[in-house]
Amino acid sequence: MINLQVFELVCFYAFAVITVGAALAVITLRNTVHAVLALVLTFFSTACIWMLAEAEFLAIALIVVYVGAVMVLFLFVVMMLDIDQEKLREGFVKFLPVGLIVAVVMLVEMLALIGVRAMHAQAMGVNPATAAGQSNTAWLGTALYTNYLLPFEIAALILTVGVVVAVALTLRQRHSAKYQMASEQVSVNPRDRIRIVKMDAVRPVEPVVAAAPEQESKP
Amino acid sequence: MGEQILNQLIWPVIYILCITIPVILAVAMFVYWERKVIGWMHVRMGPNKIGPLGLLQAFADVVKLLIKEVILPTNANKFLYYLAPMLALVPALAAWAVIPFNDKLVLSNANAGLLYLLAMTSLGVYGIILAGWASNSRYALLGAMRSAAQVISYELAMGLCLVCVLVLAGSLNLTDIVHAQAGSKGILDWFWLPLLPVFVVYFISGVAETNRAPFDVAEGESEIVAGFHVEYSGSAFAIFFLAEYANMILVSFLASILFLGGWLSPFPVTWGFIGHASFFWLFIKAFMFAFMFLWFRATFPRYRYDQIMRLGWKVFIPIAIVWVLVAGCMKFYGIAGA
Repeated sequence: MINLQVFELVCFYAFAVITVGAALAVITLRNTVHAVLALVLTFFSTACIWMLAEAEFLAIALIVVYVGAVMVLFLFVVMMLDIDQEKLREGFVKFLPVGLIVAVVMLVEMLALIGVRAMHAQAMGVNPATAAGQSNTAWLGTALYTNYLLPFEIAALILTVGVVVAVALTLRQRHSAKYQMASEQVSVNPRDRIRIVKMDAVRPVEPVVAAAPEQESKP
Repeated sequence: MGEQILNQLIWPVIYILCITIPVILAVAMFVYWERKVIGWMHVRMGPNKIGPLGLLQAFADVVKLLIKEVILPTNANKFLYYLAPMLALVPALAAWAVIPFNDKLVLSNANAGLLYLLAMTSLGVYGIILAGWASNSRYALLGAMRSAAQVISYELAMGLCLVCVLVLAGSLNLTDIVHAQAGSKGILDWFWLPLLPVFVVYFISGVAETNRAPFDVAEGESEIVAGFHVEYSGSAFAIFFLAEYANMILVSFLASILFLGGWLSPFPVTWGFIGHASFFWLFIKAFMFAFMFLWFRATFPRYRYDQIMRLGWKVFIPIAIVWVLVAGCMKFYGIAGA
C-alpha cells in the first residue's frame, strides 16, 4: 500500500533538497544566466512545497509573480550585462574570512531564535481554511479583503508610493530625446500636410513646325 | 495494490494522452487550415498537392522537420539551447490540464484553475528568452528581448481582464465560471456583454502573448530574420512551432470559456439538439477565435515596437483597470454576474 503521509513526506524532502540545492547553485555557479535559472528553480520548488502545505493560492502567486514576471526581468537584465567572469572570482580568498564570520553569526542567531521559539511553542493549529470548509484561495480572499481590508489597503498604498518614488527618482527629462506623439499623428489633418492645386486643363501651344524641326522628334 | 497503482498512475496518464494527442493533431490541422485560409485571402490555392485537398501537407512537413539535422551553433550554450524548446512546449501543453470541455469532462477540476492558467502562460516566455540567449546570435537575442518585454507588458493587461471575469463569476474554477454564465437570456447572459471592452482587450492581448501577427516582432522576418528561433532547425524548430500553435488554440478555448459561455448553447433549450449545451459549441466558438488569429495575420501589417508598448501600457491596462471597478459595481448592484 502506498501510504499517503509517507508519500507526502518523501515529496517534501525531495522538493526541499531541490530548493536547497538550487539555492546553493545560485551563489556558486559562475555563469550568471545559469545562476538566474537556478533561482527560478528555487522559487519553483518552494512553490511546490507550499502546494504540499495546501497553500495553493500562495504557491501559484509565487509562480505568477516571481517566476513569471520578476525573474524574466532579472534574466533580461543579466543577459544584457557583459560580466567579466575572471574578475568576479578575484578576491574570493580575501573576503572569505569576513563572509564566513557573517555566515556563522547569522546561523547562530537563527538557531538561537528557533531554539527560543521551540521552547514555548504550541502545536500548530488546524488549517483555518479547512476548518472553515473553504478552499485556501477563498479563505485568503475573505481574510484579506473583508477582515483585514484597511491594513491591506494601506500596504497597497505604501507599495504604490514606492513605485511612484522609484520612477520619480530615476526619471530624467531629456530635451534632446526624440519621440512621436501618437495622438498628434492620429489627429493630423491632410490639409495641413499637402496642398491640392487645381488647375484648368490647358491645351499646349502647338509648336511651329517650320521653325524647329529637330525639337519635334524629342518632346 | 495493483489496482491502486492503476487508478492513481495509469489512468491519469491515459487521460493526459487523451488531451495532448488531440491537441497536437489539432495543431497539425490548424497549420494546414492557416495555409489554406491565408492562401484564399491572397487569392491563391494554398497547399493542394499532398493527399486529397492537400490534407496531408501538415504531416509531410512534420516528417520533413523530424528527419532534418538539428544544428548547434558555434559557442552556443548546449544545455540551454536544447532545454529552451522544451521549456516553451511544456507550459503550452500543461495549461490544458484545467480546460473543461463540458460539464464533466475535465482533467483537473482545480479550484484555482484560472490562476494556474495565468502561471502556465507566463512560464512560456522562458523558452523564448533562453532560445534567444543560448543561440549565441545577435538576431536571436534581439528577438528574445523584444519578446520578453512584450509578453510581460501584455500579461498585465491579460491578468486584469481575468480579474474582471472572476469578479463577475465569483470563482477561479473554470467550470464554475461557465456555470455562472448560464441564464434564461441565453447569449445575453454570457460575460462578453457586461465585459465587452475587456473581452476585446483580452483577445488582443492573447494574440500579443502568443507572439502572433500583428504582434510578431519577436520573429520580425523583415528586420531580424526569424528572431529567437533563427538558429533552430529540424525537430527543435518543430517544437517551438508546436508550442506557438498549441498556445493559440489554448487562447481561443479560453476566450470562449471565459467570455462566450464555453459549452453553453446560444439557442433556447426547446430547440432540440442545437439548444443543448455540448462540447460542440465550445469547439465552434474556439474555432471562430482560432480563425480570427489567421484572419489577423492575413490582414494587418506588423506593429512597430514602440506602438506595441504604447498600446499595451497606455491603452489596454487603463481600460482593464477601469473595467475591474465597473465589473465590481455591476456585481454589487446585481446588474451582471452570478
